[in-house]
Amino acid sequence: MSDDAQEIIGDYKYGFHDPENSTIRFDKGLSEQVVRDISELKNEPQWMTDIRVKAYRHFVERVMPEWGNCSLLNMIDFENVTYFLRSSDQTEKSWDDVPDDIKNTFNRLGIPEAEQKWLGGVTAQYESEAVYHSIREDLEEQGVIFLDMDSGLKEYPEIVKKYFGTVIPHSDNKFSALNTAVWSGGSFLYIPKGVHVEMPVQAYFRINAKNMGQFERTLIIADEGSSVHYVEGCTAPSYSTDSLHSAVVELIAMDGAKIRYSTVQNWSSNVYNLVTKRAVAHRNATVEWVDGNIGSKLTMKYPSVLLKGEGAHAEVISVAYAGKGQHQDTGAKVHHLASNTTSNILSKSISKGGGRSSYRGLLQVTPKSTGCRSKVVCDALILDEDSRSDTYPTMEIGNSTSDLEHEASVSKVSSDQLFYLMSRGFSEEEAMGLIVNGFFEPFTRELPMEYAVELNKLLELEMEGSIG
Amino acid sequence: MADEILRVEDLHVSVEGTPILKGLSLTIHRGEIHAIMGRNGAGKSTLANVVMGHPAYEITSGNIFFKGEPLEDLEVFQRARAGMFLSFQYPAAIPGVQVGTFLKKSVASVRDDPPKGRAFRKELTAAMDKLSMDKSFLSRYVNDGFSGGEKKRLEILQMLLLQPHLALLDETDSGLDIDALRIVAQGINEVAADSACLIITHYQRLLDLVKPHYVHAMIDGAIIRTGGPELALELEDRGYDWLEVTA
Repeated sequence: MSDDAQEIIGDYKYGFHDPENSTIRFDKGLSEQVVRDISELKNEPQWMTDIRVKAYRHFVERVMPEWGNCSLLNMIDFENVTYFLRSSDQTEKSWDDVPDDIKNTFNRLGIPEAEQKWLGGVTAQYESEAVYHSIREDLEEQGVIFLDMDSGLKEYPEIVKKYFGTVIPHSDNKFSALNTAVWSGGSFLYIPKGVHVEMPVQAYFRINAKNMGQFERTLIIADEGSSVHYVEGCTAPSYSTDSLHSAVVELIAMDGAKIRYSTVQNWSSNVYNLVTKRAVAHRNATVEWVDGNIGSKLTMKYPSVLLKGEGAHAEVISVAYAGKGQHQDTGAKVHHLASNTTSNILSKSISKGGGRSSYRGLLQVTPKSTGCRSKVVCDALILDEDSRSDTYPTMEIGNSTSDLEHEASVSKVSSDQLFYLMSRGFSEEEAMGLIVNGFFEPFTRELPMEYAVELNKLLELEMEGSIG
Repeated sequence: MADEILRVEDLHVSVEGTPILKGLSLTIHRGEIHAIMGRNGAGKSTLANVVMGHPAYEITSGNIFFKGEPLEDLEVFQRARAGMFLSFQYPAAIPGVQVGTFLKKSVASVRDDPPKGRAFRKELTAAMDKLSMDKSFLSRYVNDGFSGGEKKRLEILQMLLLQPHLALLDETDSGLDIDALRIVAQGINEVAADSACLIITHYQRLLDLVKPHYVHAMIDGAIIRTGGPELALELEDRGYDWLEVTA
């Protein structure tokens, strides 16, 4: 154990469960020892430590992806990242230290004071826990388990052990290896057989986890015939001291189950957002990813569904907004591994101010999977001459009994639309905001109301100060 | 004399270097309905667009005054907020933006004391009833997949709600069947009673339903003859060639 961690463990016994009094910070950089220390600090079972170490070794050996925006990827300095951080140090994470542009956005969005307090320090950790517990009581009556991932591992190690890493093995890619090695926080959600959770489950408590690090790990299991809508994140810019966010999200929908996973993330423009999200859908199960990406320096995220059981269905609806200095490399992957499986992919992107958005999609139908149907629609809106949009669709169709459609469009805001809206009293910025919100509407209407409203406001703010 | 709303003085306008309007003058007062008739390409729509402030049109000489003030420095949306309205010949579609949201925001931008909440809904419902528009319009996307008649109705609905001081109606009658034309005309008459109204049209049939005080014949970028409603009938009957001969 490093000296640094040793010192912290001293505090840990007293302070770990009370973040108000604890400050745990590892030295920057990653080593096998750091990985072991994280696991020890969390009092994890040996098997988890072993998985972490194995993943770390794979991460070290694994080369960087040789596709995507390699020049940006290769700028990541893994030695300059803090891999574990739990800090309540108010002077360091005080509201005053939040960059002005982010603070302004918070204020103008009217983000609940609780969240502002979280950014200011620890007060809102209390607030967010309160929200969390009120939801949890409600769900417990139905036998639902909803915990942060660390607590999930402590309280339900047998379930976690059974499913952890089964959808996304640590060796899947370099960043899933990294996440598996150093993960912290995230959600653990289990829905028992036949239980339909009517209200969306909202991961407000993740705000706590965020404080600890940027490598959250989420595992959702919907048992046979159950259903759940999980909503994660908020549209406020995620204030990040570290510049690397690399999450892993695994979803398992058993026979006849339905999972919808909705998220809208807005990262500050210094963040690498490299996330692996994948689901398995068994017989007649449905998995829906509703995924919104705003901000970051580089996002690489391709929510995937493995349609493993006959009659399974996948739905991936995503939007990406690439502003100045940003590259949104997003898309979707659906693997039709069983017959009569169906999928819909709708991807919408906006590039502005020199931003770049790329759609990268994979649609696979194995030779034995007959009678599959899939529709892929990619729409890109480019707001100015400096911006860019690319589409990289891949289709591997193994039989002739499947029916596949692919549509792609690239459009610009027309001067007719602007003139029309301005003649109705909208300034050019307001007109752009309306057009952009309209373009994202097929996505926005899928979100819970408060998220939809925030997303629209956020996009309107993005249109300000940018014309002329 | 009633209040002067629009005064156009010896206006010359070019589009991409090609002169379209060549010395057009026109004054409209509150409560007046003016109709401009002319062949395709005479510059009728250019006049409407340039008054509204379309950036593609360049005023090479002449002036436009709105309620006595020169217009040149006002952007399109400022003209709208000052009380100017253009009913488009081809309104643009705004996919994903619902009519209801759009109308509410537009009214809030333009009107000095916009009705809110229930008051707005009440006004909206009343206006839609007048135009025989179904509630389902409100959840559709602005002009997206609308028929020609639906687009024109939505234009007139906006005009009723925005209560402009100057209404420019660019071929609002085209593409309307007789029932729709009657409904649209009713809407125009309601607004025209208390504002200045400029109707651009090819045909007499709208002018049977909306009685103009003045009819202007436009040829090659200028008004060459002004008369009463009888001029519209004469143009419908004789065409424009005889004017060119006498001009």
